[in-house]
Amino acid sequence: MAVRVRVPTPLRRFTAGVDEVTAEGDSIKAVLEDLERRHPGMRERLLDDNGELRRFVNVYLNGDDIRFLNQLSSKVKDGDDISIVPAIAGGR
Amino acid sequence: MSYVTNLKCRECGQEYPISPLHVCETCFGPLEVGYDYAKIRAAISRATIERRAHNLWRYRELLPVEGEPEIGPFSGFTPLLRAERLGAELGIKKLYIKDDTVNHPTLSYKDRVVSVAISKAREFGFTTVSCASTGNLATAVAAHAARAGLNCVIFMPEGVETGKIVGSTIYGARVITIRGNYDDVNRLCSEIADKYGWAFVNINLRPYYTEGAKTFGFEVAEQLGWRTPDHIVLPTAGGTILPKVAKGFKELKEVGLLRDSEFKIHCAQAAGAAPVIHALHKGTDLITPVKPDTIAKSIAIGNPADGFYVLRAVRESGGWGDVATDPEIIEAIKLLACTEGIFAEPAGGTTLAVTMKLIAQKRIKPDESVVVSITGNGYKTVEAVAQSIEQPFVIEARLREFDALYERLGGTRRALAGAA
Repeated sequence: MAVRVRVPTPLRRFTAGVDEVTAEGDSIKAVLEDLERRHPGMRERLLDDNGELRRFVNVYLNGDDIRFLNQLSSKVKDGDDISIVPAIAGGR
Repeated sequence: MSYVTNLKCRECGQEYPISPLHVCETCFGPLEVGYDYAKIRAAISRATIERRAHNLWRYRELLPVEGEPEIGPFSGFTPLLRAERLGAELGIKKLYIKDDTVNHPTLSYKDRVVSVAISKAREFGFTTVSCASTGNLATAVAAHAARAGLNCVIFMPEGVETGKIVGSTIYGARVITIRGNYDDVNRLCSEIADKYGWAFVNINLRPYYTEGAKTFGFEVAEQLGWRTPDHIVLPTAGGTILPKVAKGFKELKEVGLLRDSEFKIHCAQAAGAAPVIHALHKGTDLITPVKPDTIAKSIAIGNPADGFYVLRAVRESGGWGDVATDPEIIEAIKLLACTEGIFAEPAGGTTLAVTMKLIAQKRIKPDESVVVSITGNGYKTVEAVAQSIEQPFVIEARLREFDALYERLGGTRRALAGAA
């Protein structure tokens, strides 16, 4: 199951500067593990010591925040789009 | 010269040079501006500040800009009113309203943060400034960018009211609407900032932008005669202003302008967008995002990245917080207008309604001083209250018709009493 993953600037040093990569897996968790295999060093930037998503990292699956889905266990299909975005807060 | 030292990650402490950077490359934590407080302490005094112009730059040593500030020459230093009629209503002797409904030039607290962000955008050499916003932030960015001679692009969710688009395009800003909700727009902007190198005031300039919010607290302390209030109540959306007001009070003590800095800081959220209050009441640090549903659009953020820092500032100070429902928000807007002559946007109604709850819960006591923070103007959000107030009486232009109405309303006292 191949998906596209958008990589934010702070993580591009692990992808040789590339802003979109492909990865495989049937859940967000599996995709992140595959990313770590392809681009070593990424995992610890995204997950804390307990394997949970870091507080300031947002992951979107086809535009939806995975916290509204099934968190890291959210199911992923072939061709899905995943975005990794640093948390930002603005006023409106 | 400025007293800024570096950018520092609030989570892991990693340091970075002053640059348009907002996220730590190691842990994704937010970056914050660092200062040389010892040097500031030697350079600043109450008398120096009091001699300066009435704008937010009177605290320039504690703001991250280089050189003479040029943006927002009339922004900040808004009134702190002693609210005696409202205070009598609430049973509080020392009640104050910090009134950013009259901030220049766009009538909200955003004129503070945007003045700092746009100053920094110019320093960094950006020619285009931008933001995701449907209201106060968009208006402030568009207006300040116009005066600074910068290009401005505003991103909004599709379907926002015409008035909100006019509020930006009138200043020459280009508005792009996105098919999606506000959080979708914010996420896209983060990706655009990354790719196109534009200055998004609340994304890549965020460390500087948020520093501007401290001036709200600096002014409250100065206007109270260089002391902090016992209580200050602030609205929370993305989580910028509350922690920065707390930081501002602490900095004033650090640089010798306040003898002590004891205060309780309280958080107000609309019931339909209250992820921070849910976490506060549950006693956890974990903020679960929500889908916002409230008339208080200016604070309808379901996923506040700085919510964690709001929790920390509230808990450190011994403060608390609560939510206000849409009807409670409207009643509070009316009460503030009818007692003090200030027309607040729904965020202000939220803050007052929550203050009233904190008083009822005896967390705020009658003899303690309280500052209610009103951060935006009700003239921009008339539709939020339009259906909840008395409608006008209509008569022909004949005295006899007025006589009849006067009788019907029960004579002078009732005729003048209005709907209040």
